[in-house]
Amino acid sequence: MNNPNSSNRKIVILGNGIAGVTCARHVRKKDDKADITIVSGETEHFFSRTALMYIYMGHMKYEHTKPYEDWFWEKNRIDLKHAWVGNVDFENKQLLFQDGATLAYDILVLATGSKPNKFGWPGQEFKGVQGLYSYQDLELMEQNTQNIKRAVVVGGGLIGIEMAEMLASREIPVTFLVREKNFWDNILPLEEAQLINRHILEHHIDLRLETELEEIIGEDSGKVKSIKTKTGEIIDCQFVGLTVGVSPNIGFLKNSGLETNRGIVVDGFFRTNLQGVYAIGDCAEFKEAPASDRKNIEQVWYTGRMHGETLAYNLTTSNAVPYQPGIWFNSAKFLDIEYQTYGQVPAIWSDETESFYWEDKSGKICIRLLYSKKDKEIMGVNAFGWRLRHAFFDKAISEGWSLEKVLSHLNQASFNPEFSKPFHKEVLAKYNRESGKALETYKASFFKKLIGSRS
Amino acid sequence: MKNIQKVGAAIFVLGFLIFSILPFIGTYQLGKTIVEANVKDIHRETMVDIMSPMYGKVYDSNFAFIKDFKQYFNTYNDQLKSNQEWDKVIWDNYAFDLTKASSLGPVANNPYFYLGISVLVAVIGALLYILPLYRSEPEGIKNNGIFFSSMKAKGFLGILTGTYLILFYIVLYWFPEYMTNLVIAVDPISMALSGNPASQWFLYGLIYTLAIFVMGIRMFRKYRGNKYQTLRTASVMFFQLSFAFILPEILVLFNQPWHDFKNIWPLDYSFFYDYRMEGMLSSGALGMFMLIWGIILIVLGVPLLTYFYGKRWYCSWVCGCGGLAETLGDPYRQLSDKTVKSWKIERYLIHGVLVFAVLMTALTIGNYFSGFSFLGDATNQLHSIYGFAIGSAFAGVIGTGFYPLMGNRVWCRFGCPLAAYLGMVQRFKSRFRITTNGGQCISCGNCSTYCEMGIDVRWYAQRGQNIVRSSCVGCGVCSAVCPRGVLKLENGDEEGRINDMPIIIGNKSITIKS
Ligand SMILES: Cc1cc2nc3c(=O)[nH]c(=O)nc-3n(C[C@H](O)[C@H](O)[C@H](O)COP(=O)(O)OP(=O)(O)OC[C@H]3O[C@@H](n4cnc5c(N)ncnc54)[C@H](O)[C@@H]3O)c2cc1C
Ligand code: SF4
Ligand code: SF4
Repeated sequence: MNNPNSSNRKIVILGNGIAGVTCARHVRKKDDKADITIVSGETEHFFSRTALMYIYMGHMKYEHTKPYEDWFWEKNRIDLKHAWVGNVDFENKQLLFQDGATLAYDILVLATGSKPNKFGWPGQEFKGVQGLYSYQDLELMEQNTQNIKRAVVVGGGLIGIEMAEMLASREIPVTFLVREKNFWDNILPLEEAQLINRHILEHHIDLRLETELEEIIGEDSGKVKSIKTKTGEIIDCQFVGLTVGVSPNIGFLKNSGLETNRGIVVDGFFRTNLQGVYAIGDCAEFKEAPASDRKNIEQVWYTGRMHGETLAYNLTTSNAVPYQPGIWFNSAKFLDIEYQTYGQVPAIWSDETESFYWEDKSGKICIRLLYSKKDKEIMGVNAFGWRLRHAFFDKAISEGWSLEKVLSHLNQASFNPEFSKPFHKEVLAKYNRESGKALETYKASFFKKLIGSRS
Repeated sequence: MKNIQKVGAAIFVLGFLIFSILPFIGTYQLGKTIVEANVKDIHRETMVDIMSPMYGKVYDSNFAFIKDFKQYFNTYNDQLKSNQEWDKVIWDNYAFDLTKASSLGPVANNPYFYLGISVLVAVIGALLYILPLYRSEPEGIKNNGIFFSSMKAKGFLGILTGTYLILFYIVLYWFPEYMTNLVIAVDPISMALSGNPASQWFLYGLIYTLAIFVMGIRMFRKYRGNKYQTLRTASVMFFQLSFAFILPEILVLFNQPWHDFKNIWPLDYSFFYDYRMEGMLSSGALGMFMLIWGIILIVLGVPLLTYFYGKRWYCSWVCGCGGLAETLGDPYRQLSDKTVKSWKIERYLIHGVLVFAVLMTALTIGNYFSGFSFLGDATNQLHSIYGFAIGSAFAGVIGTGFYPLMGNRVWCRFGCPLAAYLGMVQRFKSRFRITTNGGQCISCGNCSTYCEMGIDVRWYAQRGQNIVRSSCVGCGVCSAVCPRGVLKLENGDEEGRINDMPIIIGNKSITIKS
């Protein structure tokens, strides 16, 4: 690896998203001398991409989405360059900007993120048809959704439902096309997917399951006027959101000598095929998946942050470590229902795995625990409408707690606000009913409850 | 907006306009008997004399009446002042009492009617607007459109509302004689409760309590499904109605000093003033209880309860200022400034006020026990400076008037000396913290945006660090609005409460300490 902390080496980070910014911050913490520059064409300052929807919905303004105040960068001597890179000249170690300027580097960290997929549908170039990834996309969406009568969102994933929620918040009628049988059912088990189906309908969003887009139809003026589904149905609309996943944003790096596949190919140390060039975040593709239960491309906020942390560590030490993610976790919010997951809960599990599922009468709260049939060790948990303690499940899963141990400690695992209705008793009662056992919840004394002690 | 809400909004505006116009209607006439009945014995003769040019004259507006009153009154005083005859100057302000007593109607003739068409109509309108809120929507907090709202995002309506509130407070504190009609309208209620005619403070207390109730009902609608929000809102409503509004009036009815048992020094800055002390000491067992209870709250209640539950037990469950901020002020919580710069200003200001209050009280008590030989009248000067600058200008005019401009906790954050005291306990010796849920934060910023105290909650959450800040009033809204379930207000063991070097769960390659 590079000789750490040696001199004022020039570290250039392309991309000011969570991956690039985390890397820059952690390098600066350990290395006082390095000359750090973050480049991005999107916005001058780091903002939270995950908060884009809240700007549209009027919960926040752009400035609220910036995790650091503007003085932060100068104080930490992190230079910001707000411009688009057209090309990288890897041979001469410099970035070539679209406006003709150049920037030399000793170490280059590519953290260029993703771009929305477009699958070559007829009519996808009409005005009013767009994806949602960047700040510019958001501005475009603002323009494209002025005074419209109906919008169609294509693609039943996380960004799709966010977009549907955004539009619904402005009282724009939304038709939501989902190819699968149930919402996000390639990730969610049936009951959970159906729970969200119901909730989407409850919000008066016109959810169309098992419905695929055939083509987008425009007016002569070039504006979208309707879409046609695979079954031939025509739906009039003035806006089409395409949210069918994202791909690494590496178009401008093709044929530059950098090894790419779907993303920028890296090893477990985020090294590309070129000396001194690394890739992290959404745009990186591991040659080998970092763990058996992990994908080669990780496109979530948390992994971007971990990539950044780990690479920064490696850039400032002589004992580089490979990237080794721990227990998987993720979360989302589907309209009003929060979702958290820890460990592995695939949509369909093998015969060696069993599931315990509880759903509240309201049909809006549920928990699923997957465990191995053989030794009853828990493997993962899904919770909807029920906040769970990350530290609890990180420990329970990595230590291989049994299902029963987890169930009898569920009261401690809950992270719901104080005075919330406790669900752990109902869950346990269901388990006892089904298993014929008489498991009990670990109990706290009245005094401990009064002072709110957990231990 | 549903039609019934539009009607409600219109009715509210109507009631509000009538309330605002009411002070300016009616006729006034001063008579000798009125003066005799409303001034102190020592001033009776002089005042009857000074005011004689006004007798029998009917004034068409309170402006004309007050103008004449001030002219005659000031001419008299100015004369004495220029002759340096200080002991003859009348320092008492009789403008309010005499204006109120001189009112010929129509409000005085029909107070219930005027109270009804102003305050009651506004309350009904507001409820018609509030009750249908989110009616057809699933449970969940909807902050949609807040930053597009003229009222809630410092637009024209927000600035207008702020200006109105500021003017209202200025009149209330320094020119109450201009709002006598409103006070007259609530006279019968005051008579019923305490057997005394209303003062402007009774009017204020009544409106204050109504505001907490009506906007408290709005809180129930807005935070449906969040029991913490519902309970603490119900709690501030209860404490305002019983402890702050009704109980003190009942005490007065039984000839006891007016006393709010849940108010604590140094927020209740006059607690140790000589007149209050004398009031308590001369009121038998109950008075003694008031004194001892007040002291217990200061030396035991605050540290103990704050140790177990954080300062929230007071600030967002009991306190009247907090009660108004959490109900009437809730629509403005997102306007608080989150910058590190304002945090710095906050620390200087709030601790400055605390020092001022403590010093002033120490001098007052010292002076009192020395039989006023120590500083004489000087503590009175201090009291009026504090009362003017902190008690009225800061807590009232800025504290509430600036809701629509700087958020709903301006006073609690920058000024309240009790908050400073509670905050020190919370920061250094308490079981309360906001726990951050491992690595789940997506840095979206909802928590920081909706923190009324201007705490940059995200700063801690995204590093996996617990939030332990002296200013946090434990309103729980950061936790309520977090879309990823990252924040939980809780009381727990002190160990591990402050984790300056948090480890974000999820990455086994390294253990990042940031
Ligand atoms: C609407 C939305 C909601 C999401 N919600 C969640 C969520 O709730 N939870 C979650 O875990 N994940 C979520 N994600 C995914 C998450 O935001 C991404 O995984 C993460 O932001 C990726 O970070 P990054 O640093 O790899 O890249 P990015 O944040 O994409 O940053 C890359 C930056 O590099 C810039 N750049 C790229 N090429 C160039 C160039 N040639 N010249 C100049 N600049 C360039 C880009 O403009 C961009 O600013 C969401 C994504 C979207 C779009
Ligand atoms: S609201 Fe929640 S997810 Fe968003 S920044 Fe705050 S703690 Fe993080
Ligand atoms: S940090 Fe949270 S609980 Fe504390 S005052 Fe701010 S919003 Fe309320």
